[in-house]
Amino acid sequence: MSESLVSDGDLAGDDVRVTHPAAGVASLRARGAAALAALWQVTLVRRAVVLAALAAAWQLAALWQNNPLLFPTFTDTISALIEGLRHEDLFPASVASITVLLKGYVLAIALALGFVSVAIAVPFVKEVLLTLTAMFNPLPAIALLPLAMLWLGLGEASLLLVMVHAVLWPFALAALTGFEQVPETQRLVGRNYGLRGLSYIALILIPAALPSLLSGLKIAWAFAWRTLIAAELVFGVSSRSGGLGWYIYRNRNELLTDKVFAGLVTVILIGLLVEVLFRLVEQRTVRRWGLQR
Amino acid sequence: MTALPAVPPAEVRRAAPVLEARGLTLDYAGAAGRHRAVEDVSFDVAAGERLVLLGPSGCGKSSILKALAGFVRPASGSVSLRGAAVTGPGPDRIVVFQEFDQLLPWKSVRDNVAFPLRVARGLSLKEARARADTALVKVGLARALDAYPHTLSGGMKQRAAIARALAAEPDVLLMDEPFAALDALTRRTLQEDLLKLAEEQGFTLVFVTHAIDEAVLVGTRLHLLAAHPGRTIATFETAGLGLAERGTPAFEQVVRDVHELLFADGGRHV
Repeated sequence: MSESLVSDGDLAGDDVRVTHPAAGVASLRARGAAALAALWQVTLVRRAVVLAALAAAWQLAALWQNNPLLFPTFTDTISALIEGLRHEDLFPASVASITVLLKGYVLAIALALGFVSVAIAVPFVKEVLLTLTAMFNPLPAIALLPLAMLWLGLGEASLLLVMVHAVLWPFALAALTGFEQVPETQRLVGRNYGLRGLSYIALILIPAALPSLLSGLKIAWAFAWRTLIAAELVFGVSSRSGGLGWYIYRNRNELLTDKVFAGLVTVILIGLLVEVLFRLVEQRTVRRWGLQR
Repeated sequence: MTALPAVPPAEVRRAAPVLEARGLTLDYAGAAGRHRAVEDVSFDVAAGERLVLLGPSGCGKSSILKALAGFVRPASGSVSLRGAAVTGPGPDRIVVFQEFDQLLPWKSVRDNVAFPLRVARGLSLKEARARADTALVKVGLARALDAYPHTLSGGMKQRAAIARALAAEPDVLLMDEPFAALDALTRRTLQEDLLKLAEEQGFTLVFVTHAIDEAVLVGTRLHLLAAHPGRTIATFETAGLGLAERGTPAFEQVVRDVHELLFADGGRHV
């Protein structure tokens, strides 16, 4: 306790001892500045300030344009968002999109892990995987949609096909790179304890490759989300609720631009939420283990 | 080759060897085709003995250790453990590596030590952790049980790796230059602590190094190797030369003898 008192006196400077009135004010100001600086160190605070500035700029630009049909204001968009969530089908549309997304994502990740597990054991399969990845990675998933619709019709199956394509290749590449970068010593340690096959992959390779796997999951998630929203612009998933892309497309047709904006904001918000989730996972794993800074 | 004042422990000699290498010949595939790393090396390791493989870089001492561990298959010759041929890696021969990243970064120090007990011995988590704690206290890491490896110093990491190997109670401990990446002071402390542990627990050890004084200090027997390809040039009994003898004329004499053998004819063997 006494130590902190001494350091406070030091902060305020020599002037305090002669009780100069201006010194107290200066010290208060210094403390205020220090508190602000500390607050600025918090990532969430910095992000909130950036978002608030963007919202203000949007509001001003929209007011200046004064054309709600083409460019609704921030406040109009937010009220459309709340209205949409409470009384209209924005919420079920979001749930529909996320449900389809999770199905496709999990399916593709499982396929990729299976493929890569075989590829690290069998050189020929690795050759196949690398060739396929090189071929399909540059091919935008949405370009497969016409073919998917032709083969599988207008429905979830088509969406799943394009999403598996969007996720499988980038994630497989990240996983393969991650597994290959596992330090030789850690591989030998695992083999030393008699680990083989699946237990070797699960107990050594996957945790050791987690930085690459997580970044692959992040990239794959972004690809999947973009692809899904784009695909939903073409057709709705189910009869009742067509997903977020469909919500945006439908409201554009009715020139309800504030709802189009509300749909886009929802897409962004869900993206941010997932980003935060990934960050939490990273903090509890790879950052905690010193594998990533 | 050279007889020494130190007397080999006769009762140990008579017992059947724990580990046997017979005519071990190792090849590895290099850029210019197959390359002979080790040619016709044989030795026995009796229970409680500490055999040191000593030689310059390129003598294949680490390759021999990898063959003992079962990581590489010999081109000819054989390794057997308690009479049974070694065909692959197993927890009956736990290796301590030189590299600091041998600790799994995603596990706390305690769980690193508990890991082989869980996967190789099938102990419950509680039991494995309790044994891990005991082993870590023995190597002086009582205060780092919950730490993650990346927060430890190099010396502490090697201590944890030694605790992990000891806790697994292997038939033979294999150490591949475990102190080579440490600073001189830490190395010295760890050498002393390893010898104290050996006295307490009487484990069987095969220890690879290129440092002559470390070899004489740690080993009860030295197996000298020459390079290109690795082959045996001599064996020394050094059972009587330990911590107490360090710096004595007898100790320094052996160091000089080994040095002379390794660098005879201007480094013919190097």
